[in-house]
Amino acid sequence: MTVPRLGLILAALITAAIVADYAALLWGATATDLQDLAGDTYLRRVVGFTFLQATLSALLALAAAIPAARALARQSAFPGRSLILQFCALPLVMPSVAAIFGIVAIYGRSGYLAQLTEWKPSIYGLTGILIAHVFFNLPLAIRLLLPAWSTVPAETWRLTAQLGMSSRQVFRLIELPLLRQYVPAALAFIFILCFLSFAVVLTLGGGPRATTLEVAIYQALRADVDLPRGGALALLQTVACLVMVAIAWAMGRRLDFGRSTRLVGLRFDGMTAGARFRDFAVIALAMGFVALPVAALVFDGLRGLLFAQQNLSSLLSATLVTLALGLPAGLIATALGYPIAVASDRLRASPPAVILIGIAGLAGVIASPMAIGAGFTLTLTGRVDLYAIAPAGVIAMNALLMLPFAVGVLRPAVARNHAQVDRLCAGLGIDGWNRFRVVDWPMLRKPIGLALGLTTAAAMGDLAAIALFGNQNLTNLTLLLYNQISAYRMESASGTALVLLALCLASFAVIERGVGGRAVS
Amino acid sequence: MRFSSRLVLSALTAFVGIASAQADTPKLTVYTYSSFVAEWGPGPKITPIFEQQCGCKIEWVGVGDGAGLLAKLKLEGEKSPADIVLGIDTSLTAEAAATGLIAPHGIDTSAVKLPVAWDDKNFVPYDYGYFAFMWDTQQLKDPPKSLADLAKDGAEPKILLEDPRTSTPGLGLLLWLKSVYGDKAAEAWKGMAPKILTVSKSWDEAYGLFTKGEAPLVLSYTTSEAYHVMAEKTDRYKALVFPEGNYMQIEVAGMLKSSKHPELAKQFLQFLVSKDFQTVIPTTNWMLPVTDGATPPEFATAAPQPQKALLLPADEVAKHRAAWIKEWLEAVGQ
Repeated sequence: MTVPRLGLILAALITAAIVADYAALLWGATATDLQDLAGDTYLRRVVGFTFLQATLSALLALAAAIPAARALARQSAFPGRSLILQFCALPLVMPSVAAIFGIVAIYGRSGYLAQLTEWKPSIYGLTGILIAHVFFNLPLAIRLLLPAWSTVPAETWRLTAQLGMSSRQVFRLIELPLLRQYVPAALAFIFILCFLSFAVVLTLGGGPRATTLEVAIYQALRADVDLPRGGALALLQTVACLVMVAIAWAMGRRLDFGRSTRLVGLRFDGMTAGARFRDFAVIALAMGFVALPVAALVFDGLRGLLFAQQNLSSLLSATLVTLALGLPAGLIATALGYPIAVASDRLRASPPAVILIGIAGLAGVIASPMAIGAGFTLTLTGRVDLYAIAPAGVIAMNALLMLPFAVGVLRPAVARNHAQVDRLCAGLGIDGWNRFRVVDWPMLRKPIGLALGLTTAAAMGDLAAIALFGNQNLTNLTLLLYNQISAYRMESASGTALVLLALCLASFAVIERGVGGRAVS
Repeated sequence: MRFSSRLVLSALTAFVGIASAQADTPKLTVYTYSSFVAEWGPGPKITPIFEQQCGCKIEWVGVGDGAGLLAKLKLEGEKSPADIVLGIDTSLTAEAAATGLIAPHGIDTSAVKLPVAWDDKNFVPYDYGYFAFMWDTQQLKDPPKSLADLAKDGAEPKILLEDPRTSTPGLGLLLWLKSVYGDKAAEAWKGMAPKILTVSKSWDEAYGLFTKGEAPLVLSYTTSEAYHVMAEKTDRYKALVFPEGNYMQIEVAGMLKSSKHPELAKQFLQFLVSKDFQTVIPTTNWMLPVTDGATPPEFATAAPQPQKALLLPADEVAKHRAAWIKEWLEAVGQ
């Protein structure tokens, strides 16, 4: 079986699972149910607000990420750069409650900023939502955009220097077209993540005005157990996300730079003192914004680890559970993501395949976790002993939820690899495993390492899956943290949050370096 | 090397031993909220006591919160592997009973001494508490004296609330205002609205923001004060009791009709109102015991006794909940 075909089959299976899941919920829904939904003014307001906050959040995150990524791309070698890039994976793993506390510790009414400046910021409302969403997504956006620059061959950069192009001209003639290829996908992805945001929006949003569609789904599925309504709302949410993806798709442009001699590309326009100063200022600003709340968490966490009564054995076992569930989930997500990414590139001439693969690649983020959970419970009860399969269930669900991250990272890399070496390989008759080993792997190990690192880190922060399979012997760090807060143990919880962050950073660094190796291209 | 292989061998033997022991002893599956079975919760303390009494094994399944518990039960229906569901509160009992999945418990509840009469045939109460605003004495000099103080106009002092759509305390406050103000509840909410700093998804977030000093008042329980006094040895945080009364929350357990071990399930429900269980509750779940003689002496001062216990009938709550939430949304959300 060829890799694209495998990817197509996987995509079909994943899409079928999601459709079956929704069908189980919507089973028995009547036309009047849907009419009620359409006439609901409250719901219309919720949808409107969800769109508004997600759009603003995504635009802001991207607006900040583009200069930051550009600065990081221009300054391709300075001490601490790789640490900064690894740091970018942190917000992904952060449980929403920890992120809320970190942000409030800096920007809140009695946060450090208020204490230092006498200025009492009011973050509860749209401001709080936007701060939190940029905090979560700016680092992700940087990681999604940065590979764009490495697709430019070294020869091009030399040419820009030979032609004496200014920084502005380089941006307009080279980087802008490049970004047009990458930004829409990143924008759509982050829009979706913000669209689904739940706890952050409620808590920092200041009240029920800030209600997202996911809250309405929660209400329908958890409080009222009105499955048709919950299913219909989830479907509405999925469709809204897909529309966004379609718009992004239509805006995107493909760009082929052709073959490169794989020399390290030095940016000559970034070498002047002024440019260096500007770049480092931008990097410091962007990283400072993300690092401050994290620093507050680290500070609280150290205090929690040192002074609060900490049950080390439960902390250790939660750490092991986090690793044991996170690593396989990341591995599976990446292993599924690769053939899907290949299929999405090779089969792009066939619209049905494009749609199917597009849906499967995004399934984990466009489908409401709450709806997936309810559908699973409904279908599996009585057929499978959920208690017995809990670890496998958590891993499988997380792999599905993290798949979009893997596909998002791998797709552009695979496309570039395809454009650069496909014809050459065909001419030389290299294919199958040999081609992967000799040609693809050296070119793709860096994005594969990044995908594996990102998905593993993100899976480590899981709460949705572990809560669904609820098993007393299966407590990961996120669940431990929530349990500690429910038992008033705020200080122990800060310690747990710190362990989770450290574990995430370490795993991400080891995986990205270990699998990705040193920079090629 | 030899040491480690011996270790593996003994571990294997132990595992096989446990596995075969499991095959012989009956297993009681209990659905509950996850903090009940967390390491500081009541779960780990009471499990060995009951397992010894019954010669059985308890399999705890921790599912999110109380609302999640009922939702899971409804989704699973008669195929549910659960024998017992523990952790539903009085605002959900009518709905839980309406599913037809709960069997009458038929046990002796004469030991139960609640401030209100208990005659529910389906559910056994195992603890209760009063919702109360917690007051940070370092942030605010004059605390509100009554619910009316909070419901009158004005933007100070700031309060942290939970959302009634996603949280039990949030729903508790909704019912609290309803039982005090009745048809005028919406006006009371409008008066309170400017004071609300934020409405969070769950108690965790609200209480965390409170201890971080974001607002001087948060909706919690009277027993929160007892936690700070007993576990943290601080009297900085005080629970406020109001002349209008404080709303009650009674947590209950019930057995499922589909249970494969009805006798064991009954035995477990009876155990819930026994001294062994009740004395564990106050300092693990930080709620009040439902029987006499189980309250620790510190609670006398650190968990203030409300002047009046408020509780709406379960069926009335079930009937009006959706409408009341809508009313709340309109009053606070505009």
